[in-house]
Amino acid sequence: MTPTTSPPSVQSGAAQARGTAAAPPAPPPGALAGLPPASAPVLPLVPEGIVEPLLSELSAPGHRGVRLPACDVPAIPLATALPAWAIRATRAALPEVSEPEVIRHFTRLSGLNHHLDKGFYPLGSCTMKHNPKINDELAFLPGMALAHPCTPDEGLQGALELLWTLERHLAAITGFDAVSLQPAAGAQGEFTGMLVVRAYHQSRGDVARDTVLVPDSAHGTNPASVRAVGWKVVELKSKDGRLDLDVLKAALGPHVAAVMVTQPSTLGMFEPQIAEAAGMIHAAGAQLYLDGANFNALVGLVQPGKIFDVMHLNLHKTFSTPHGGGGPGAGPVAVGAHLAPFLPGPRAARNEDGTFRFERDLPQSVGRVHGWHGNFGVLVRAYAYIRSLGPDGLTEVSTEAILNANYLMHRLKGAYDLPFDRPCMHEFVLSGRGLRKYGVRTTDVAKRLLDFGVHAPTVYFPLIVEEAIMIEPTETETLRTLDLFADVMLRIADEAKTDASIVTGAPWTTPVSRLDEGRAARELKLTWKNA
Amino acid sequence: MSYVGRSVDERARMLAAVGVSSFEGLLVDVPEELRIHEPLAVPPAASELELRAEIGALAAKNDAAKDMPSFLGAGLYDHYIPSALPRVALRSEFMTAYTPYQPEVAQGTLQVIFEFQSMIAELTGMDVANASLYDGASAAVEAAYLARNQTGRARVVVAGLVHPNSIGALRTFLGPDVVTVLAPDPATGTVSAAALGGALDDTVACAIFQYPNFVGAIEDVPALCAAAKAKGALAVAVADPIALALLTPPGALGADLCVGEAQSLGAPMSLGGPVCGFFAGRKEFVRKFPGRIVGETRDQHGRRGFVLTLQTREQHIRREKATSNICTNQGLIALMNTIYLGLVGKDGLYEVANLSFQKTHYAVARAAAVAGVQPAFTGPFVREAALRLPVSAAQAVRAGRTHGMLLGVDAGAFDPAHADILLVAATEKRTRDEIDRWAVALAKSIGRTPQLEGGAR
Repeated sequence: MTPTTSPPSVQSGAAQARGTAAAPPAPPPGALAGLPPASAPVLPLVPEGIVEPLLSELSAPGHRGVRLPACDVPAIPLATALPAWAIRATRAALPEVSEPEVIRHFTRLSGLNHHLDKGFYPLGSCTMKHNPKINDELAFLPGMALAHPCTPDEGLQGALELLWTLERHLAAITGFDAVSLQPAAGAQGEFTGMLVVRAYHQSRGDVARDTVLVPDSAHGTNPASVRAVGWKVVELKSKDGRLDLDVLKAALGPHVAAVMVTQPSTLGMFEPQIAEAAGMIHAAGAQLYLDGANFNALVGLVQPGKIFDVMHLNLHKTFSTPHGGGGPGAGPVAVGAHLAPFLPGPRAARNEDGTFRFERDLPQSVGRVHGWHGNFGVLVRAYAYIRSLGPDGLTEVSTEAILNANYLMHRLKGAYDLPFDRPCMHEFVLSGRGLRKYGVRTTDVAKRLLDFGVHAPTVYFPLIVEEAIMIEPTETETLRTLDLFADVMLRIADEAKTDASIVTGAPWTTPVSRLDEGRAARELKLTWKNA
Repeated sequence: MSYVGRSVDERARMLAAVGVSSFEGLLVDVPEELRIHEPLAVPPAASELELRAEIGALAAKNDAAKDMPSFLGAGLYDHYIPSALPRVALRSEFMTAYTPYQPEVAQGTLQVIFEFQSMIAELTGMDVANASLYDGASAAVEAAYLARNQTGRARVVVAGLVHPNSIGALRTFLGPDVVTVLAPDPATGTVSAAALGGALDDTVACAIFQYPNFVGAIEDVPALCAAAKAKGALAVAVADPIALALLTPPGALGADLCVGEAQSLGAPMSLGGPVCGFFAGRKEFVRKFPGRIVGETRDQHGRRGFVLTLQTREQHIRREKATSNICTNQGLIALMNTIYLGLVGKDGLYEVANLSFQKTHYAVARAAAVAGVQPAFTGPFVREAALRLPVSAAQAVRAGRTHGMLLGVDAGAFDPAHADILLVAATEKRTRDEIDRWAVALAKSIGRTPQLEGGAR
């Protein structure tokens, strides 16, 4: 995959005056997935300056999509059944579009997305691993997808059995005693975990604790979730990217309710002193929370339940459920036996005769955090994933994720700064600061990667690394893909030195070029009505 | 099964390249007391064929797999999902994409969200909407957070029959002492503006009401909004997007925020998740909105494009000072909602809403012929009908299953005081024949002899 043609000069890009219809510059060759298509409009009839019309722009009076049956019951006039003020004066101004036009619209829009089934997605902390198709299909079985939660328990036996069993599988994998499947996402799991910890302290009359210690490398949701419970956040400054036990010791006290730790940390490193830290935290009467966003490094190797009190899992990360363009996820919470009575309810329970029910009589529960039972469709997929991998397959997830990350780190550490040079877990963090002298920032590297059919890594996170580039390959990428990606990364580092404009002007081949985020925030066009 | 493509030789080459003799050499930082060396205590791996059989058998045990006409509602509705919808929504390009953090390669997801925001704003009569939240309950909670943030006041007053699970979530998130729930008038099932006004003072951030409410009754929305405003509280409407095709939108009636559950717009019920919360409001509040928001902009060539905007509200920038801890939206479900609204369009959504309205009213008329069954409340109703039974509703719905019918929702499961109330919702999917059979099953289920009515067919 050696490049054969030279990339466009920056002038050809800049020459694209606003509003002109000229095609973007010819793309450089892609090294990974072949060339993404140039951004020629899919339909030649698309107006200038528009990649895809809005549904409202495709609308024409009288066009119809799906038709509905005629009313087969005696109809009553709305005016006889509703107060006059409540009857909508005119129909909501929704689009009027035929079915084929609707299908083409969304199909064309879909083509503007990078996605996992098309190419590599080395997003650190996001675990963009393969999403098995059988799992989607099973989640959409009518018996699952059409289940209504108000069906009597007798009519939900299959769903209840799946929930009950999944709780036990997740407990076995994490080494905890009990699991709540209700939180709809990782952040909701964090919040739930904090609520459970608060209820635990309160149950013991220990009501003065109002502070949670959070390392400076933590995900932003950690401090935000602590605040949502009404507690204070104290940030722990890390030393060489790790928890500093002296800092921890100084911060602990009778006011500390919990310490939230990410393991491995967002730098991709396991905290070697975590067991010692746990001892200090427990001695101070606080609870130890694990942000399980990085559990993909630990499956089958480490059981957090051995020393942690509570953790959340991101099923859309470690357990392969699709991200869906930004949700739905699922954020189950696993806890030790001492916290189990406080988990949200209702929960699936098994009756003595082997049938199942939703248990609603949970007097110490913190209450419900979701409108129903959590993201059941996501839970079905995670159940299927665990069943299809089994014990060996689950352990292989972590071993190969860790090997992939170390291999990539090894290939890239010469061309990019590696702030913490030691074996990593499932991800690692590079710094783009070495490219600054060429006028190239990390964001430029990220945009340039898009030209090669690769999604950008997570950038500018964690905050404690300057110009951070956080790379997580996951276990489902092959050696070939890793090598191609490394080749591209090395090539971009080289471009930065030889012709930085190629990098700073990127992306060249995407459906749109860099977008003006400042303009979006200033003008705030948030609907087509004011567009 | 394994989704890892790796040969023994490749593995050896990779370990050699990294400079370790075995995999264990990479775990230098992991303390031994945390390690496990025995296999995980989960069942052995299943092939696709075996998995299909196992989960297929579980699915088959649920009533949803059987041919039972459903009259269940209570916030989640069995509407027809057009064939084109899953075909488009489940495309890999949408399904396996991540959050649109690199907008140049995520215009599909971003434009869909922009269209979702536009249509939710239109249906609710509000200026702006966000990219969605986890569900209707989380949307209600986030509305309360916004109101508290906006007004600097702590308490929340819920006007009567807002969805009990949303009230439950409000209590969990805000604390039970913070949330006051007003009892509805026992005759109408609604809360009067006078009662609401009497419960409001300068400690109350918002009044939350539902339109139509949990039992389908129509609250006096203009009066409730005015009562809230008079006391400096925000008026928060919880609404149903299908009903809003018939009803004057809350934004035109004085509400400040309108939130709710969007599952009924083309998404499967899936035991209540994943579903999709929508969040809309007046534009003066947009900088305090929770979650993601997509805005229009231009690229370097002047082409229209879409980006996540106002991100300085969010947790990944503001951390503990964020407006909310919410990180994800419900992208895939919001996509289904958007495709649905595109497919049914302006007239189709009205027809879905009107058919559901007419069929629910027809069901109530049929039920009125069953001895001992009567409407639980006086006054207009939309979306849901509440029937008072001579037996417990829990008993009736269990008996209904044996007659092959999901009769309705036992309101007693939400409030013991409503143990004799059956909530009934008929959508456009229910035929007249099914509704007639439902009335017969209802009669049998409460121990009455079904009348064979003339004129019904």
